Amino acid sequence: MTRRAGRSVGSGSSGSSVRAVLRRPYRRVVVGSPLQLLLFVCSFALAGYAGVRLLADGWFGVALWFVGAALVHDLVLLPLYALADRALLRGFGAVGRRAWVQYVRVPAALSVLLLLMWFPLISGRVAGRYEAVAGLPGDGFLARWLLITAVLFGGSAALLVWRAGWAERSTGLRSATNERPPDVH
Amino acid sequence: MPELKLPVHPGSPTSPRFWRSPVRGPWFTSVLGVVLLGGITVLFVTGLVSYAAYNPNLSPVNDLTPDKGLLGFYLHLFTWPTDPPWLYRLTQGVHVTLGIVLVPVLLAKLWSVVPKLFALPPARSLAHALERISLLLLVGGVLFEFTTGLLNIQLDYVFPGSFYPLHFYGAWVFFAGFVAHVLLRAPVALRNLRDMRNGRTEEGELVAPEPFEPTVSRRGALGFVGGGSLLLFVTTAGRSFDAPLRETAVLAPHGGPEPGGGPSGFQINKTAASRGISAAETSEAAWRLVVEGPGGQTVRLSRADLLQLPLHSAALPIACVEGWSTSDQWWRGVRLRDLAGLVGYEDGAAPDVLVESLQRHGAFRRAALRDNQVRDGRSLLALFVNGEPLTPDHGYPARVIVPAAPGVLNTKWVARMTFGGDL
Repeated sequence: MTRRAGRSVGSGSSGSSVRAVLRRPYRRVVVGSPLQLLLFVCSFALAGYAGVRLLADGWFGVALWFVGAALVHDLVLLPLYALADRALLRGFGAVGRRAWVQYVRVPAALSVLLLLMWFPLISGRVAGRYEAVAGLPGDGFLARWLLITAVLFGGSAALLVWRAGWAERSTGLRSATNERPPDVH
Repeated sequence: MPELKLPVHPGSPTSPRFWRSPVRGPWFTSVLGVVLLGGITVLFVTGLVSYAAYNPNLSPVNDLTPDKGLLGFYLHLFTWPTDPPWLYRLTQGVHVTLGIVLVPVLLAKLWSVVPKLFALPPARSLAHALERISLLLLVGGVLFEFTTGLLNIQLDYVFPGSFYPLHFYGAWVFFAGFVAHVLLRAPVALRNLRDMRNGRTEEGELVAPEPFEPTVSRRGALGFVGGGSLLLFVTTAGRSFDAPLRETAVLAPHGGPEPGGGPSGFQINKTAASRGISAAETSEAAWRLVVEGPGGQTVRLSRADLLQLPLHSAALPIACVEGWSTSDQWWRGVRLRDLAGLVGYEDGAAPDVLVESLQRHGAFRRAALRDNQVRDGRSLLALFVNGEPLTPDHGYPARVIVPAAPGVLNTKWVARMTFGGDL
């Protein structure tokens, strides 16, 4: 499928593409591969069989969660972190340190990922239930998340300093080597 | 193809030029796809295994999905075994820990293909239209499964219904989309990887036509995803072990320090207080175990009576559906098959049993065990753990412990056991 598409983009002249576009409205609906159609019919049959059971107990809430999960991810979460990343990149670009973006991007992304995944525990919204049910302290998660975040950023900064120092030393070394007269053998 | 010629504004996400990351391309997507193919297959299989471990066909009290129909097709193919005793600990530990570890891979995979979501025209053919609907099952399904799973292990029951049917039926809806996607795309992904190993350059619809200057290589980006998974692994996997390893699971539920010290300082699923178990009803004077046979023969035993029966020991773990587990604890008590003997069953002929707790609410206050579990010599009605009498939180006066069974089938605060008959 992909291969065929790739080849036709590469080989088809723009004239034939235009003709294809012009011809398009007059053509019948394109069906596609019958094998693929069969596959989707089977897939939807299984999804339907499980789906009526999934939706049996309060269909609206479940459908909202199922479709909402995809929509919130694709239309809210992903654009948000993509925009944050672009802003970060622009910020570092503006001060002429574009290469440093990694040292903020990586710890920030990991920290946000942990927060997102363990939000019920970190936010403390289940602390009472967790303590009552599991007999374990439910209030330490925020502190531990902050600590991990600090370690991530601290480690990243240390790495940056170390690499910057190393780069400086090696350029220093190189210039020193260049200044030294070549060895005579 | 003609659709590339349709006029689209470059500032719109429907334009390929909108997407600028130099990391996107068939190699990145294919590697992540192959990792998810393996990982999600393991998640699905271990999930079905966990479902079978509850013995849902044995009794309605074990079955939270009575309408499963054909989706339980495999349940009659085997009997959930008692060997190895760490079986459920392993399969469910893998299920939950792997699920957590795959989150960065999943997010990266979804990010890598997001331009396709906006691609125009919405459908090139009927088959393509169906594929896009199928992708809703796939993406909605995978996010639904990961979200309900992550919320459930954190005891945050905000999802719309009971966890078991949602996660089980949701898995099958997802699987329907997953199989179609794998059959269509896995050959493409594998071919991409092979072609690129042979030196072909990146091309195709995922590659940004006007990329930003790279800040990271594709390999670097993949390393970042792997690093995220590694971080989650080292901060999660410890919850399948005892202290000191458990301390490494700093953010995961049931990670960190053990609850209290001493012989009973191991993980508790539900405390006595949270289930409304009072000291008055478990006292020596008040508590009696009722053992019942199918013909109505009934034996009532105090804890002192039970101590007069032959006591046996077994080293067995506790493994929860939430993915945490303990290592072997040393349990001591009366064998379940000996209790069956009290109501007339000869050794080796012990039947299924329905175990009821003092607990008044909660899905598994009653649980059924299959005859193979009852007959196993390590299956106990435990009175002691690690050399001390059970604590209230571990089920005093008596609790069930069965090798390889999910934690909730190891009923605590047992009040009644009915052998044989209709469960």
